[in-house]
Amino acid sequence: MTALDVRQEHGGRTSVAAARPRRVRSPYSYWFYLPAAVVYGALFLAPTFASFYFSLTRWTIFEHEFIGLDNFVQFFQEPALIKGFVNTLIYAVVTSGLKIVLGLLLAVLLTSQIVARGYLRSVVFFPVLVSTIGVGLTFTVLMHPDEGLINKSLALVGIDGPAWLTDPSYALLSVALVDVWKGVGLATLIYIAGIVSIPGEYFEAARVDGAGRLAVFRAIVLPLARPATVTVIILSLIGGLRSFDLVWAMTRGGPGFTSDVIASVIYKQYQAGFYGLSTAGNVVLFLVVTAIVIPLYGFLNRKEVDQ
Amino acid sequence: MTTATVRRPRKNHLLSLVAITMSAVVFLVPFAFIVLTALKDRQDASRLEFSWPRNVQFVQNLVDVVQARDYMLIIAFINSTILTVCSVTLMVILAAMVAFVLQRRRSRWTPLINFLVLSGLIVPPAVVPTIWVLQGIGLFRTMTGLIFVEVAFGLAFSILLFRAFIATIPRELDEAAIIDGAGPVRLFFRVIFPLLRSVAITVIVVQSVAVFNDFTNPLYFLPGSDNATVQLTLYNFQSQYGTQYNLLFMNILLITIPPLIMFLFFNRRIVAGMTAGAVKG
Repeated sequence: MTALDVRQEHGGRTSVAAARPRRVRSPYSYWFYLPAAVVYGALFLAPTFASFYFSLTRWTIFEHEFIGLDNFVQFFQEPALIKGFVNTLIYAVVTSGLKIVLGLLLAVLLTSQIVARGYLRSVVFFPVLVSTIGVGLTFTVLMHPDEGLINKSLALVGIDGPAWLTDPSYALLSVALVDVWKGVGLATLIYIAGIVSIPGEYFEAARVDGAGRLAVFRAIVLPLARPATVTVIILSLIGGLRSFDLVWAMTRGGPGFTSDVIASVIYKQYQAGFYGLSTAGNVVLFLVVTAIVIPLYGFLNRKEVDQ
Repeated sequence: MTTATVRRPRKNHLLSLVAITMSAVVFLVPFAFIVLTALKDRQDASRLEFSWPRNVQFVQNLVDVVQARDYMLIIAFINSTILTVCSVTLMVILAAMVAFVLQRRRSRWTPLINFLVLSGLIVPPAVVPTIWVLQGIGLFRTMTGLIFVEVAFGLAFSILLFRAFIATIPRELDEAAIIDGAGPVRLFFRVIFPLLRSVAITVIVVQSVAVFNDFTNPLYFLPGSDNATVQLTLYNFQSQYGTQYNLLFMNILLITIPPLIMFLFFNRRIVAGMTAGAVKG
């Protein structure tokens, strides 16, 4: 930006500065960007750009050999890696779907006239703040096939509970359920904020018109809580696609590789020393996240008036 | 006020009862299980039952967990504290500076910077290339390196919170300070920054919990048991003890206390930070 621009900008905003243009420099110095830009550029942007190149190499940190798209070919040929890719999508869709539905229902419940509302809100939200690894290990114990509390309780009412984490067909979904248990509080909180911001007149008017609870929900809460829905969908999709901690704490991707997700594949390949392949996994994750989140964000916000 | 209370519909007691029971079963039982198991002796805990401990041995388990592997938990708590305090402090200052100029000074760079901030929220960090960069500048396997990584990954969210708040501070305040002869640095640190107190607390609380609970970044960027942060001790304990569930759960209990304290004291601030996008979208 030239000095002329600055003076114009400055003069346009404050008449005092225009009358006495002795200070040419803007009071909002670009130097303020510098410290953040250095940290962010070096440790976030540079690695992100570098990942596109290194994903095309056989890489040992110190030296790399260009091998074209081999890593990506391998990524979509090995069953273990494809499984991780598919699981990531399933996991993200299941967790965000459940968080939206349960979060909205809980939020409607927790904004209605019930006793102990504050207690209920706290109890639903607290797991969000607890260590993911701690939650994962706790539920690994609770989901133990024979001795776990969940299956023992189910047995009391005559249900033969599945081997949650050791049965290949349930492992991923079990982890997803725990993710919902831990994360639904955040969705609920966002929905509560959205519902509380709906002007009371709408509800008054609906009551005067004799609308029932369901009608109020469908005609008022659902459409007017839309920004909250957008936030919940975007946040939980991003979180679900990137999810690593919980999967690692509960199953380490097992049994076999049946509950692997892209993020755990990245870690496994990194541990095994396949840095190029690991980075290719990162690029795949990047592409999946941007390909899903950005169009969705545009689509969901299209009807919004502001921003 | 009285009319409002008269008009308000009656509380639904049946629904309340159902909700409270369900919440207890779904959300309180797992926490109760953690506490009960943490109090048991080894044999009792290994049965994984949801029952009252045969003999309560709180002190014994606490001492065992703290002493395990040469007081690793103490070292880990020190490491986690250093990590959390340093990275959150840096995050708050750097993010507030960026947010201030970003909100106040519109230029052709603004859209690009907004885009970069949004990508920081969406794009998953590239792991091995980050290690490569850290190695290049000699910060891999160092606490300093991990601190800067946490700052880099936490900046975007902090900037968004600060920017929204700064938009509510009238520009007239800046202009008055400028007329009084304040330069950019004085204007920001003396006039604006003190006004950011409430949103700064929100950022501090939310990011502290996030950094303290972070497992992935220490796992990748600060490996080694000397450097362990609290989340990693949990992991080491599990593999070391195998079936010593009482100690594992005592450990879980101990590392849940800091977030619990944050929650008790700053509940409103946390809620404000986490629902920032809900109303405006």
